[in-house]
Amino acid sequence: MTTTTAHDNGHHGHHDVSYLKPKGGALVTIWDWMTTIDHKKIGVMYLFATLLAFFVGGVFALLVRAELLFPTVTNAAGDVTGQIFDPSTYNRLFTLHGAVMVFLFIIPSTPAALGNFLLPLMIGAKDVAFPRLNLLSWYVYVFGSVVALIAIGLSGVDTGWTFYTPYSTSTEGEHWQVVFMTLGVFILGFSSIFTGMNFVVTVHKLRAPGMGWFDMPLFVWAIYATAIIQVLATPVLGVTVLLLTLERVFQIGFFDPALGGDPVLYQHFFWFYSHPAVYIMILPGMGIMSELVGVHARKKIFGYRAVAFSSMGIAAISFIVWGHHLFTSEGELVSAIFSFLTFLVAIPSAIKVFNWVATLYKGSIAINTPMCYALAFLFTFSIGGLTGIYLGALAVDLHLHDTYFIVAHFHYVMMGGAVIAFLGGIHHWWPKMFGKMYDERAGLLGFTLVFIGFNLTFFPQFLMGANGMPRRYATYVADYEPFHQASTIGSWILLAGFLVHLGAFIHSLVAGKPAPANPWGGLSLEWEAESPPIEHNFAHEPVIHHGPYDFDDVVPPHCDPADYPLPEPIESDSVAPGKHAH
Amino acid sequence: MTTIPAHDNENAGAANWERYRHQPHWRNNQDEYDAAKFGMWLFLSTELLLFSGMFVAYTIFRIMHTETWGNASHHYLDWRIGAINTVVLLISSWTMVMAIRSAQVNHQRALRFHLVVTILCGLFFLGAKVGFEYLPKLAKGEVPGSAFDYIGSHGYVPSDYDPLFLGLYWVATAIHGSHVLIGVGLLTWCLLRAGKKHFGPKHFTALENVGLFWHLVDLIWIFLFPLLYLVG
Repeated sequence: MTTTTAHDNGHHGHHDVSYLKPKGGALVTIWDWMTTIDHKKIGVMYLFATLLAFFVGGVFALLVRAELLFPTVTNAAGDVTGQIFDPSTYNRLFTLHGAVMVFLFIIPSTPAALGNFLLPLMIGAKDVAFPRLNLLSWYVYVFGSVVALIAIGLSGVDTGWTFYTPYSTSTEGEHWQVVFMTLGVFILGFSSIFTGMNFVVTVHKLRAPGMGWFDMPLFVWAIYATAIIQVLATPVLGVTVLLLTLERVFQIGFFDPALGGDPVLYQHFFWFYSHPAVYIMILPGMGIMSELVGVHARKKIFGYRAVAFSSMGIAAISFIVWGHHLFTSEGELVSAIFSFLTFLVAIPSAIKVFNWVATLYKGSIAINTPMCYALAFLFTFSIGGLTGIYLGALAVDLHLHDTYFIVAHFHYVMMGGAVIAFLGGIHHWWPKMFGKMYDERAGLLGFTLVFIGFNLTFFPQFLMGANGMPRRYATYVADYEPFHQASTIGSWILLAGFLVHLGAFIHSLVAGKPAPANPWGGLSLEWEAESPPIEHNFAHEPVIHHGPYDFDDVVPPHCDPADYPLPEPIESDSVAPGKHAH
Repeated sequence: MTTIPAHDNENAGAANWERYRHQPHWRNNQDEYDAAKFGMWLFLSTELLLFSGMFVAYTIFRIMHTETWGNASHHYLDWRIGAINTVVLLISSWTMVMAIRSAQVNHQRALRFHLVVTILCGLFFLGAKVGFEYLPKLAKGEVPGSAFDYIGSHGYVPSDYDPLFLGLYWVATAIHGSHVLIGVGLLTWCLLRAGKKHFGPKHFTALENVGLFWHLVDLIWIFLFPLLYLVG
């Protein structure tokens, strides 16, 4: 069988121009984007769709925080003060915040947006393995989101994002909208599975000649581990929400004790997916971290294989720790076993953190927006990860469960980890994706606001959680007032930070300076492509001559050797053979 | 270049499978074929996990309500219908294999014949399921949950947990049945493509992947049948 190139397949002409170049008038261009099977365009479409979901989820979060600015107080005369939303509306707000952020934003954000754009570029491929399936996954995502948003339009769901039974299935007439929400989640699951399958096959089958498994950038390892979890965990969520929907509509009784079913079975099913899903959210962020730390400190990643294997280790362990969400509803022995297994996750996570810190040691650290986000990740993710250990310890968990402590913990991991890394990643690859530089001062200002706002929002929640403030309440006793107010003010600073970033991105698209092909001096293959890449990514199929982090040995592609002086060869190397001769 | 066996006269002239070219992002047809098959196996693993939820639920409920499970299984389900359907699906798996084999040796008529038999087996399975099980059950009120209004017969008195057993039966077999229906649709698509000679010794990717899907659907039934109909 002969090897062929793009030219032999009748695709003449358009393959060597920027993928962003319009194909014609506005209608033609829109049609071109809506029917594209180019992974780069689909990645950008995912980026905008998930950012829209982030905005919607963020608005719900701000409303939740606004309600909590003052406690609701009813005086002797019956006057109510400090209330913006009545409690049932509040329940809907936090449910929708959670469901939108988890299912519509974080899960697809990094893998489907950045992953889609970067994975083929990083392994030197022209596209993902199944480009049409890739486009289908975007449409399925949009369709599932619309179904879920219908639930919001129909005055919402108030079950919390976990949809626990029997509340979600048995309350008469009150919240039948759950059906739309769970159907939406079921459909979104297909989108996630399609993306995961696509990425696993792409990594196996489409690596450029010469690229072995240990020549892949660590972002690819992380996306690969994520994709495996997406493929193996999402179907269980699929069947869970399908059964939940049938339970709600036909009362099939699986999760209803009155009919002989078992509500704890629902919890097991739900968390068998939703705990691995936590790693679907954080692993891609960890992958971004490895790229940011390596490139912006110009250092070979310390312990490449350990970081790569720890991604796979996290993926494996993620499947055996779901029981720690059920410490108060399962047996004691089972809880003890799950508690022990939970501690295991800390090992690969710590391996990564230590290796990133070791990589920074004696590196030439550039203080720019991506690196600042990487440094922030080390700080916030460590807090998020270590407080996870508290919650994995049985005795401590009984005190802390269902308090603001756990709210703070998972926001430090999800937002302090996944979102912070996502923001760093967007800045890092923005020049590659859109061919324009962003304004560094605006980026740093936005970063500063996000970092301060984030910590001000969530750190007080640890304190009030440890003092017993329960989660999901629309009001609180006066003792918690300073904590809640600090938290709400923090949410406004966060908003300001995001608006600065939004403004900087719009400014960059409209009036940004053209980006060079390799603005940061990166060595992975995406920096060999143009900014923005041509339609088929590379003019010639790349061949691998160096590793993605060989900063000591290679002048980065498209860069001036004068800017990247290589270190002197170590003397002992040249002396050694001579010594040997004696 | 290997010689292509020509078993029948229809193969005169260039067939479509001979002209097949891989999509531009692949290096050659073989890589594309391997990737498609790998992707299909990944998808099958997700299908298996989807059904695993129902198998876990079955196990848990069987432990919780052992007596109901034994009685209800014998009372509501006729093993003979299940057994006939099992045999029919096993035959269809055989004809599916033969269809792919026929494509590989370029036996176009045999390919179409075996696809037609496979489709007919699938339709028979669905027909038997609906005609002899679903419709009579609906008429007698043997349905899950609050709609259950079966009062019993021949001395059989439904227990409190019979609706749960029927819930599991209906959900598991309906989800499986929808897979059979999808499978029949995919096989029909393959038959149409086979009519245009899309499949031959050098290109049979879609046919083989639909075959893998069909075997999985059979395999899940092989587990559902004894668990629901036989184990009493």
